[in-house]
Amino acid sequence: MSKNTKINILLLLVVAALAVLPLALGLGDHKEEPFTGSDGEAETAITEIKPDYEPWFSPLYEPPSGEIESALFSLQAALGAGVLAYYFGLHRGRRQGEQRALAQRETEAAPDESPAERA
Amino acid sequence: MHIAEGFLPPAHAVAWGVASAPFVVHGVRSLTREVREHPESTLLLGASGAFTFVLSALKLPSVTGSCSHPTGTGLGAILFRPPIMAVLGTITLLFQALLLAHGGLTTLGANVFSMAIVGPWAGYAIYKLLRRYDVPLMVAVFFGAFFADLSTYCVTSVQLALAFPDPSSGFLGALGKFGSIFAVTQIPLAVSEGLLTVLVMRLLVQSSKGELTRLGVLLTKKQSATETEAVAR
Repeated sequence: MSKNTKINILLLLVVAALAVLPLALGLGDHKEEPFTGSDGEAETAITEIKPDYEPWFSPLYEPPSGEIESALFSLQAALGAGVLAYYFGLHRGRRQGEQRALAQRETEAAPDESPAERA
Repeated sequence: MHIAEGFLPPAHAVAWGVASAPFVVHGVRSLTREVREHPESTLLLGASGAFTFVLSALKLPSVTGSCSHPTGTGLGAILFRPPIMAVLGTITLLFQALLLAHGGLTTLGANVFSMAIVGPWAGYAIYKLLRRYDVPLMVAVFFGAFFADLSTYCVTSVQLALAFPDPSSGFLGALGKFGSIFAVTQIPLAVSEGLLTVLVMRLLVQSSKGELTRLGVLLTKKQSATETEAVAR
């Protein structure tokens, strides 16, 4: 494994550790409902500060259940991941193709050493 | 950082919308110009948008015992400058507002302002500043992404504190309250975002040297002098 790959894997491991540690250390235990979204907590804080506040507009479409919502969130992540993977795959393929073409040209040019072919 | 639909009073919602609109319009112009002048960058633009899509869908647990998500706007801001991220961030927020009931149309202006405008600009400024002092590329990328993420959540806290000042302790009291919900939760996530952005930038350096050089990411002045020497030889 190259040094580059090792560093990349290390980066991923640190990110994974940062996500797992709060769970493993039980940092949500002091809460009634651990690990809820901070957006939702902000809504609760708003109703604490201003108990009579009524949202004056509601979403045009609301996922009918938590399952549908998480499906749509996965869809969002999958779309993004797909495009990223396409980008990196395409460039890797292009680079390999270029290298192969270059190697081929060199082996073809090598035997007769004609300067015209080199150019 | 998504302020939920209807959770900003109408006057605030309109004000943030008015504040954001010129940035987004300017961003659309920059984006069309970039695509027209450099059609080859379309793919990398797509990849930058895709990065925001992935990261803002990832809700991660944090030290405060709640969950939040990164924004992914630092990468695109560093690559293509912030105006373009105003557009890509807005698209992401629209997707979430329309399909996921996450954020909302009435709060779109405020959310665009925090995630698609202030975040990218703050991250870009930090990145540029560090690069000027010859800080290594990846360190500058890390802090750029870190501050793009964190500043977004600080802006959300300010927005909510302005709309809902605490009856006894006022704006600052409310800012402390919202700040402890958003900003503190966000610190480890901003670290994660910084690391992931560094990872993607490392892969880009491997795969797209030419593109990064054209965008001015890969070479500072000093390096470019030695590079041109190398090319001349």
